[in-house]
Amino acid sequence: MAKRSFLIPGVDKRLLIKDSLKVMPDLTRRRFIAGGASLGALTLLTGCDVVDSSSAEALLTKISKFNDAVQDFIFNPDALAPTFPESAITKPFPFNAYYDLDDAPDVDADDWKLEVRGLVDVKKSWTLQELYKLPQVTQITRHICVEGWSAIGSWTGTPLRDFLKLVGADTRAKYVWFQCADKDGYNSPLDMRTALHPQTQMTFKYANEILPRAYGFPMKIRVPTKLGFKNPKYVISMEVTNDYKGGYWEDQGYNSYSGS
Amino acid sequence: MSSLTVTDEQVSATKAKVIQPVWVRVMHWTNAFAMILMILSGWQIYNASPLFGFSFPREYTLGGWLGGALLWHFAAMWLLMINGLAYLVTGFASGRFAKKLLPITPSGVLHDVRAALTFKLGHDDLSVYNYVQRTLYAGIIVVGVLIVLSGLSMWKPVQLHWLVTLFGDYPTARYVHFFCMAAICAFLVVHVLLALLVPKSLRAMIIGR
Repeated sequence: MAKRSFLIPGVDKRLLIKDSLKVMPDLTRRRFIAGGASLGALTLLTGCDVVDSSSAEALLTKISKFNDAVQDFIFNPDALAPTFPESAITKPFPFNAYYDLDDAPDVDADDWKLEVRGLVDVKKSWTLQELYKLPQVTQITRHICVEGWSAIGSWTGTPLRDFLKLVGADTRAKYVWFQCADKDGYNSPLDMRTALHPQTQMTFKYANEILPRAYGFPMKIRVPTKLGFKNPKYVISMEVTNDYKGGYWEDQGYNSYSGS
Repeated sequence: MSSLTVTDEQVSATKAKVIQPVWVRVMHWTNAFAMILMILSGWQIYNASPLFGFSFPREYTLGGWLGGALLWHFAAMWLLMINGLAYLVTGFASGRFAKKLLPITPSGVLHDVRAALTFKLGHDDLSVYNYVQRTLYAGIIVVGVLIVLSGLSMWKPVQLHWLVTLFGDYPTARYVHFFCMAAICAFLVVHVLLALLVPKSLRAMIIGR
């Protein structure tokens, strides 16, 4: 197997990687390890150094794409996420991001606009006041994080499928792609069938109050049939598209479909 | 004794004492491989949001980080599930489960547990499982089914919400999944230890006799 060119002859690869990990910022470190697919235990287990091997990574990526297809196949557009009484709401509902709350986007409601583009009839930017006028519904559902924890919350907003209809979106397109105001430019693709699911929501309120900064002011997309990272917050644009444009976490190795 | 007994003896003698048929051996080692991948990647996933006040040492985890571990977990699950399903079907259809694991009687279990604890439990005939073995092997099959069902509940809590209801709710399924893993690890320790203490049983699982 071809050695990577940056490796210096005579230098222990594993120690080198260990050392370089220490000086990397956390995010880069995660991406780097994702690229290496596996360390430690697998090396011990198989006796071969898979740090150098891209074949394991390629196979895992292929299986993850296969898993996307399986999940799309078993997705039932009529199956609703379980709903809960108000008494079941998790208090306090956790703030969760790859940054601290202090670094969360501080969006100015007057300046903010939602840009709607791509395969839609009405390409325009919507002000918050315009969006607030749309009919809203409330759901109390369980938010499930890719990390395993979950929390029940109350979200109020406009069903995305109603909005897509309003702007004349081509619902035969494959994705609705969201871009956000988070630092490093968070984004995430949502498959059209999930975008049209009755519980997928453009959320403006949490617990009947205007969505606080911690939960994605001024707008998040609540998708109770997806893991939390596919529920983008601080959304600034949505694009109806047939192209797979990738996503912040999806590009780092989280399964792209990540359906519940 | 009747002539039937003689016939049985003749049959077992001519078949050169195959204790573990090929399908058992192939599925056993496939399961061992898949299970280890599942456990090591599962520990990494657990570390992302521990249920209890401890984490698993990073050296004993697979995947490098949560995303990598999830890729491993959701790849190895296919191997584990397909192999496990094939094992269950073959085990029931061939009559092996009924023949090897049954009956399990309370008095038999008590007797053999007592014998095991006083080191008087023999392994002279590897083709017959004692009551401790029967209980553990039947029990670990049940745990295996439970860990897959609780895992599916966590993977697809909306599409398979009826399955989640079986466990109560999503967080409960998560605890069930964890404790099944713990049970499998405990089984693994005893299982490997005993295989090393009775090497001919390990040999039977490799070459069949």
